[in-house]
Amino acid sequence: MPAASPPPPDSWVRPCPPEQGGGLWVEPGGFHVDPIRPVARAVITHGHSDHARPGHAHVLATAPTLDIMRARLGEGAGGNLQTLPYHQSLRINDVTVTLVPAGHVLGSAQVVLEFQGSRVVVSGDYKRRHDPTCAPFEPVACDAFITEATFGLPVFRHPPAAAEIARLLHAGQVFPERSLVVGCYALGKCQRLIAHLREAGYDRPLYLHGAHLPLCELYQRHGVDLGELRPATATAKEEMRGAIVLAPPSAMMDKWARRLPDPLIAYASGWMRVRARARQHGVELPLVVSDHADWDELCQTLRDVAAPEVWVTHGAEEALVHWANQNGFRARPLHLVGFGDEET
Amino acid sequence: MERFAALIDALAYQPSRNGKIRLLVDYFAQTPDPDRGYGLAALTGGLSFAAAKPALVRELVASRTDPTLFALSYDFVGDLAETVALIWPPRPGSNQPSPALAEIVAALTAAKRTEVPGLIEGWLDALDATGRWALLKLITGGLRIGVSARLAKTALAEYGAARDVSVDVDAIEEIWHGLSPPYQPLFDWLSGSGSRPDVAGTGGFRPMMLSHPLEEGDLETLLAADFRAEWKWDGIRVQLVARGSADDARLYSRTGDQIAPTFPDVAAHMGFTAVLDGELLVARDGRIAPFNDLQQRLNRKRVTPAMLRDYPAWVRLYDMLFEGEEDLRGLPFDERRTRLEAWFARTCPTGMDLSPLLDFNSWEELATLRLNARDTNVEDGAIEGVMLKRRDSTYVAGRPKGPWFKWKRGPLVADCVLMYAQRGHGKRSSFYSDYTFGAWRGPPGEGGELVPVGKAYFGFTDEELGQIDRWVRNHTTNRFGPVREVSHGLVFEVAFDSVHASSRHKSGIAMRFPRISRIRWDKPAAEADRLETLERMVVS
Repeated sequence: MPAASPPPPDSWVRPCPPEQGGGLWVEPGGFHVDPIRPVARAVITHGHSDHARPGHAHVLATAPTLDIMRARLGEGAGGNLQTLPYHQSLRINDVTVTLVPAGHVLGSAQVVLEFQGSRVVVSGDYKRRHDPTCAPFEPVACDAFITEATFGLPVFRHPPAAAEIARLLHAGQVFPERSLVVGCYALGKCQRLIAHLREAGYDRPLYLHGAHLPLCELYQRHGVDLGELRPATATAKEEMRGAIVLAPPSAMMDKWARRLPDPLIAYASGWMRVRARARQHGVELPLVVSDHADWDELCQTLRDVAAPEVWVTHGAEEALVHWANQNGFRARPLHLVGFGDEET
Repeated sequence: MERFAALIDALAYQPSRNGKIRLLVDYFAQTPDPDRGYGLAALTGGLSFAAAKPALVRELVASRTDPTLFALSYDFVGDLAETVALIWPPRPGSNQPSPALAEIVAALTAAKRTEVPGLIEGWLDALDATGRWALLKLITGGLRIGVSARLAKTALAEYGAARDVSVDVDAIEEIWHGLSPPYQPLFDWLSGSGSRPDVAGTGGFRPMMLSHPLEEGDLETLLAADFRAEWKWDGIRVQLVARGSADDARLYSRTGDQIAPTFPDVAAHMGFTAVLDGELLVARDGRIAPFNDLQQRLNRKRVTPAMLRDYPAWVRLYDMLFEGEEDLRGLPFDERRTRLEAWFARTCPTGMDLSPLLDFNSWEELATLRLNARDTNVEDGAIEGVMLKRRDSTYVAGRPKGPWFKWKRGPLVADCVLMYAQRGHGKRSSFYSDYTFGAWRGPPGEGGELVPVGKAYFGFTDEELGQIDRWVRNHTTNRFGPVREVSHGLVFEVAFDSVHASSRHKSGIAMRFPRISRIRWDKPAAEADRLETLERMVVS
């Protein structure tokens, strides 16, 4: 008797309406991936708040991701938290689940799903660039690849992070009497910027807004070396001249920044590539540093993974679907609700 | 090119004047010759190759990109040069070194029209995104980064001063007309490795004599009998250097920029030999038009017959520096004036007249003239105030304190209601410091609405800024990015120099130099001024 051909991917992995939990529903496994409402069983790709939401009864993720969820959500992190290390497989009902590094932030994972010989990979958020704070992305061959597309337009091609760090340090030389305030997200971007600054040989203390300290300490507990960190507001104003301060974007534009001497406002985000965006934020030094794949990385990843089917979710789906269809993939947009709210 | 690109990128985001100067000084210090000289030329409008058309850029990018992807990208970015800079896919394996700015300028200056696309394509391949953006801005002729030639020269002076060269911005403007890109002698001088460039006989610009604003109490110490007075005309100060032929005529702005090509209608009548000081204006049938009209003629690369017809230039003469080859600058003002009047009567140059001296015997009489100028003078919109010049003053460069004063007339004021507040930049980035205010159209409370009439971001103290910031945060009704809409409850007394009709604004008017003169915490918004009040102030 001939072996049954594998089931088509969209017969067992589907986008889920928000009222039934949202995210992706893996039917033969009986679980959701990155659901947006509380569900019975959730697999979480990474700790950003649009992916790791509170209130699930059972959560499966990498150890750092669970740690991040505990730190950010407390009790809300979930009822039963189960760790799955990278590259170890776990059978849930009829589906085998494996987590593979996504290179996005500490603990971030692609979810590899296998069912009756059919393999679907959910990328979560990912990038292909060097990041000293997390394990690099690994392409996994599959039948369907579900990719993010936050920067899915060919105008988004991030410059090397080292060049952006050099621009920051150069600004410090031109304006030595000012404090450099770098707006960045608390999870991932902050720690990556610190690590890149250390790679560039910057060994002075770095100053942090209170909201950024706990996650930096968490990274350090997971063995990421960030050098000497100090709370920004515990230091005399005069001593902050020439200092580099990392803060949430909301704080650097607000009253908080007034306690710093003549702050030079920088902002690290992939969106800083577009001038109108940077100006809208009133930024003096836009730094194009992103934890998401840029256009070239997205295209390269589709080639590396070589999945015949590509589903494109949160971001600029239209352009990437167009490119993928022209380049021999069967691509379609997957309209998931509720993503892209936190990290950029 | 990378350094120049990094410079204009940083300048475009730098809100503060001092910050811009710092960036420029850093560029001059870090960039070798001749590149820094060409960078300076690009900033001061000193490059002369023909600008490339946007259509050429579109064609180039169309040959490299998928039309759907380009359309989606352009739609998102909104600016053609920026979209092309970001989307440009370098040809695989094109590992050319990035071109120097000097190389780009030289190639474009020498290139035949048909060679330009190939050159640009090659450079786009060799540059990174910021470099491509800078290149496209440069070749399409619009840097638009908020740096005036004066600011660039100020930065040059600071660069020199930091190298112990005794120099200020006026000293640079004095020789500027005799220099050309890449300004090697200038940089040698400012770096301390050369002497001050000798520009004698190259253009004939003599640095202008400037005045101090009259301050409270000054008049009490001055004798009316020692001074002459004339109207301060609201145009741009010019120096006419005429050397016997209209073809050789030069017209300099205060900063030493040669603007005769923009004003051929003035140059055409400069066949005499003299150096004159005057005000450039627009006049129709001998009547001076408001500054707005002159603005239509300024900074134009191409002068059309329609512009010459609709906005005819006129020069109102103040002073005479040279008559023939004779230097009059060492003579007292009264003697120069006599020489000017006699010369004018003999020469009768077309398109010019003399700025009349005002008749007064005491400061009180002059004050009355100045006060009534707005109501009585037919050329009311063209007067900024009164100039006082000591009768014995020689003509000296710069701004000496004592011989010349400007006594501007009082500003107009109106009570306007705060409508929107926007976060400032730099030091003010956490404060709502830019205010849009409105006046009532129709009766407040009975269907009347506020229409925005202007925007101002100075005129208040730091303490007041803190108070307004708090008020804005507590009265926000809506947010649009960095802008907050507020409830209509705070009245500003706004001072401004004049009001002009404007089809670009919803209110139909535009204020010149609006600033906050007082914060009227006491005044109910409904009692603020009506739009009709402002409309009556419009100069025509």
